[in-house]
Amino acid sequence: MSQNPYLEGLAGQVIYDEVVPARAPWMHRVKAGETLRVIDLEGNQAVDFLLYATADDAERFSAQDTIAAQANIFLRTGSFLLSNEGRPMMTIVATAVDYHDMIGGACSCESNSLRYGHHTKAQHACVDNFLEANLRDGRGKRDIVSNVNFFMNVPVEADGTLGIVDGISAPGLTVDLRAEMDVTVVVSNCPQINNPCNGFNPTPVRMIVTA
Amino acid sequence: MSALADPNSAREHARAMGGTVVEAMPILPPRADDLPAGVAPDDLLWEETIAAGGYASRALARGSRLRLIDLKGDACASLLLFNAAMPTERLNIADTVKVQWDAYPSAGSLLLSDMGRVLASIEQDSAATHDAFCGASNEASNRRHYGDGSNSGAFPSARDRLLLGAAKHGLSRRDVHPCINLFKGVRIGTDGGVTAQLGPFAHRRSLVLRAEMDLILVIANCPHVLDPRPWSVTPLRATAWRGPITTEDDPIRTATPERLRAFLNTEDLYRQ
Repeated sequence: MSQNPYLEGLAGQVIYDEVVPARAPWMHRVKAGETLRVIDLEGNQAVDFLLYATADDAERFSAQDTIAAQANIFLRTGSFLLSNEGRPMMTIVATAVDYHDMIGGACSCESNSLRYGHHTKAQHACVDNFLEANLRDGRGKRDIVSNVNFFMNVPVEADGTLGIVDGISAPGLTVDLRAEMDVTVVVSNCPQINNPCNGFNPTPVRMIVTA
Repeated sequence: MSALADPNSAREHARAMGGTVVEAMPILPPRADDLPAGVAPDDLLWEETIAAGGYASRALARGSRLRLIDLKGDACASLLLFNAAMPTERLNIADTVKVQWDAYPSAGSLLLSDMGRVLASIEQDSAATHDAFCGASNEASNRRHYGDGSNSGAFPSARDRLLLGAAKHGLSRRDVHPCINLFKGVRIGTDGGVTAQLGPFAHRRSLVLRAEMDLILVIANCPHVLDPRPWSVTPLRATAWRGPITTEDDPIRTATPERLRAFLNTEDLYRQ
C-alpha cells in the first residue's frame, strides 16, 4: 500500500518521479506503454506540453489533427493526442479535470508584447522554455508548434470571443497519459504572470512515470 | 510503331502542345480583366487557377495583395505563411486567435507570426467561413475516408500538398506548421464541439490578403479534413498585384491595441 497519495490509481512501478520547479522547462522520454502522470500540485498551474516521436522527431504532436479527429477543441479522458501524420502518440487515460486546452498555444516574449505591452519583454515565457529544452535535443524554433495546455481553461463564446480565463483545476488534480509510441515530452511549467492561467502565481508541478 | 522514334519528331510532338489552355493553370505573363479599380495591369504579379487537389507556392513582397476566389463554391485553401527572409518565422495560428481574442478570422483580422508580427491582414472577405482549428488532411485521414491518401493517387492530402509546396522553397517536414483553412469554416460549441461549415457555397466568394512582410506562401486546395462527402473540391483562383505598404492611419492597423502593436513590431523589423 503506497503512502504517496499522488500514486493513487496508477498501475505498475514508478520509474521516474520529479518535481518541476515553477517557471522551469522539462524534457523526458517516455516509452510506449509507460504512463506519465502530471500533477497540478498547488492548483491552476498551466503545463504547456509538446510531444515528439523519439524515433523521428519531425513527427510531433498536432493540435489541429487532434481537434479534427475528435471534432472537439477540448482534451478529456479518452482523447488521443495525434501526430502531424495522424498517428496516436499518447492517450489521456484519466483526468480529474473536466477538460484541458489545445487552442491557446504557448506564451512568448513576442506575443506578450502584443497582449500586454512591450514592458513585458524581460519576463520569462513558455516559448523560451520550449526552445531551451529543444535546443538541448537538436531541435529548434521550427519544431515548436501548437501545444497542449494542461490545467488551462480557454473557452470560446458563441460570437467567437475566446480567452484564457480562470482555471477549473485544483490542488492535487492530475492527468494520466499512456504513451502509444516512444515519445519525447517537452514541457514548459508556464511562467506567465499577466493572465489567470497560473492564478497569477506560477507553482511547481510533479511528473511521475510508471511502467 | 510509335511515330516518335527519333528526337526530331519527339520535339515536334512536345512543341505542338504549347498554347494548350486548361481550367487550372498559371497565366504567364499574368493577365486579368477583373482587377480592382485603381490597380494598373503592369502591377499584376500572379494569375493562376489552382487545381482541385492541387497546390501552389509563391514569394510575395510586402504590400502585395493576394486575392483568392473560390470559383465554384467548393475550394478549401489551406494556407501556410513564412517570413521570406527568415522562414523559421511563420504563421502561429494559436497566437492569431489568442492575441485577437477571436476564434474566427475574417475581414480586418491579422495573421500573426510566432515573433509577434503581422504576416498578412485580411483586407476584404466576402466568405467569412474560415477555419483556424482543424488543419490539413493527411495521408492517413484520406486513406480512412477515400481508401487512398497517397500524393500520387486521386485523393492527395492537404499536408502532402503543403509539403511539396514548402519543399520548393527549401523547406521540409519540420516546416509544415499548423495552417488556416480558407473558405471552409468551423463553429465551436460551448462544449468545445467543432461543427464544420463545408458548403458547397455560392460561386466566386473571395478574400483579399495584404502582405505585411515579405512572404513565402504555400496553398493546398484539397477537401476539408472533416468533409464527409465523396471527394469534393473545386478550383481556386489566385491573383496578386503590387500595392502600397500599410500606412500609419490604416484602419486595420489601428483597430485594436493588439493589432497596433503587431504592426509596430513588424515596422521595427523593417527599420534598417
